[in-house]
Amino acid sequence: MPIEVIFFIEVLAGGLLAGVMYALVALGFVLIYKASGVFNFAQGAMVFFAALTFVSLLKLGWNFWLALLATLAVMVALGVVTERVVLRPLVNQPQITLFMATIGLTFVLEGLSQLLWGSQPHGLELGIPDVPMEWLSQKWNINISQFDLFAAFIAGLLVAVLAVFFQKTRIGRALRAVADDHQAALAVGIPLQHIWAIVWGVAGAVALVAGLMWGVRNGVQFALTFVALKALPVLLIGGFESIPGAIIGGLIIGATEKLAEVYFGPMVGGGIESWFAYVVALLFLLVRPEGLFGEKHIDRV
Amino acid sequence: MLYREAGQFKSTYAQDQQIFPIRQDRIAIAMLLGFAFVVVPLIGDQYWLSALITPFLIFALAALGLNILTGYAGQLSLGTAAFMAVGAFMTYNFVLRVPWLGIVPSMILAGLCAAAVGILFGLPSLRIKGFYLAVATLACQFFVLWALQRFGWFTNYSSSGVITAQQIVIFGVAFDTPAEKYLFTLTVVAVMALAAKNLMRSETGRAFMAVRDMDVAASVIGIPMMKTKLLAFAISSFYCGVAGALHAFCYLGTVEPEAYTLDLSFRILFMVIIGGVGSILGCFLGAAFITLFPIFLSVASSWLSHLLGVEISHATVSNLELIIFGGLIIFFLIVEPNGLARLWQIAKEKLRLWPFPH
Repeated sequence: MPIEVIFFIEVLAGGLLAGVMYALVALGFVLIYKASGVFNFAQGAMVFFAALTFVSLLKLGWNFWLALLATLAVMVALGVVTERVVLRPLVNQPQITLFMATIGLTFVLEGLSQLLWGSQPHGLELGIPDVPMEWLSQKWNINISQFDLFAAFIAGLLVAVLAVFFQKTRIGRALRAVADDHQAALAVGIPLQHIWAIVWGVAGAVALVAGLMWGVRNGVQFALTFVALKALPVLLIGGFESIPGAIIGGLIIGATEKLAEVYFGPMVGGGIESWFAYVVALLFLLVRPEGLFGEKHIDRV
Repeated sequence: MLYREAGQFKSTYAQDQQIFPIRQDRIAIAMLLGFAFVVVPLIGDQYWLSALITPFLIFALAALGLNILTGYAGQLSLGTAAFMAVGAFMTYNFVLRVPWLGIVPSMILAGLCAAAVGILFGLPSLRIKGFYLAVATLACQFFVLWALQRFGWFTNYSSSGVITAQQIVIFGVAFDTPAEKYLFTLTVVAVMALAAKNLMRSETGRAFMAVRDMDVAASVIGIPMMKTKLLAFAISSFYCGVAGALHAFCYLGTVEPEAYTLDLSFRILFMVIIGGVGSILGCFLGAAFITLFPIFLSVASSWLSHLLGVEISHATVSNLELIIFGGLIIFFLIVEPNGLARLWQIAKEKLRLWPFPH
């Protein structure tokens, strides 16, 4: 193959896999937005908190699986406590108020995690080396990281599990009912508070997975909180309420971002990754104002 | 007894529609302005004026800008800091490149530049709503900062990307000391706050509120959606731009694009929410709270460590501050979701009946 094509494929694959990483974070947003209509800005801080807790437990000499379980428990507990302390008193408030509350929560989490575990960056190893796949590079001369593929696999698995959970289980059905209409769900006897606690717990678990993946990639450090900002355009494209949308949006954002950075970036002096994804998302929104898979809103006067 | 409008009869339409229809309000505002213009510069020392009161006024103005957009026209925006950055850097460039223009016209032109940017990034509001729009405004935040850092023209090709605000000179009078800068800021803020108050009782203001309450219904009764929404973005960005110019010229002095990150946008959004969405008084209350509270916290923590005889490390203090700040915001939202302005409103209603509530 000519070198340009190989390079293009490499960039594209790298972008798609990076997009999957974005989608992992976006999933947490979608879960909470779907079930409670809360735009949870604290998702980035939750990712950071989860990764930092896990790494610190490892540093204390805990077993890998024990640390994973403990962190999972912490994240679920965090979700439940958030529901109890922050969301329950704010039921029936306008969405912007809830959104502000999650920004407050972001501050609390950022402060808390650094207070507990210190603010120095940590490296993280999951046993999967971040090296190019051998047979791919031998046969086609294309370099694609093994770890990226692993992350993509995990993300796919997570989406599949969540999709089944939402579609097939009793709790999943209750979640969708709550997402549809709070009052109607209450009227048929679905305990709203339990549902929200579950959703926040699951979002905490998703944050842990995202935190691990991003932690391996970039190290566990404060910058992880900014990952959330990368996930927002993904949400815009995929739609706030759609789990598959998060993955599709992630792929679109990841691919266009990388391609633009390589082919278009040098023309304007580089550094465009901070805003390019948003502009792509905006263009998408002009065509479909609720994202690709988001729910259409019908306004009645 | 003191605050009661009984007996104040309005016999003309002009009286009925004035900005402050109640006499006590007019007296209070006049006294407040008198106090701010005369007494504060006399009694305030340099630190108070330059580090507390001036930034308070500037942030109040920025919050006012955001409140026009979010509180009155109902469009959530997370790009406030970017509009401030446009104001700051364009004022610098106007003063630098067109020196005969003078500082005030430069600020106005910079505000108009910010308004143009606001209109550009407000265009999506015609199609999208709610959080989709809020996230879309982040594009503005990131794009503007990127452009300011990338294109040397904005910073006059300074190698560090930092600009030094020029001296403020109006008709040959230089504004150098903290007190003079304070007076300049106060004048601008007072004029613009009154203008905003005035705007909100006009047809435009009522159109904003109709769009906020339900935009479909508003368009059905004949309010032009495009004009109203874009005007809200333009006016809001103009206010933010002027606030940014004051921020650079009267408060910071030397400015880099990094001063206008998303954090600042959030701070201003906090001011609006804590002060009261859709209230001009609320902008000032919220700005006072958010500006003063971190200072109060750091003073309290140093006092506490002194008292306990324990040296608390700087990192611990800053993390604790974050936690308390975040916790307090959540607490505030829970106990008074309508903000400080609502507390003031309740107090006024009580005052009306006082001392005979029944």
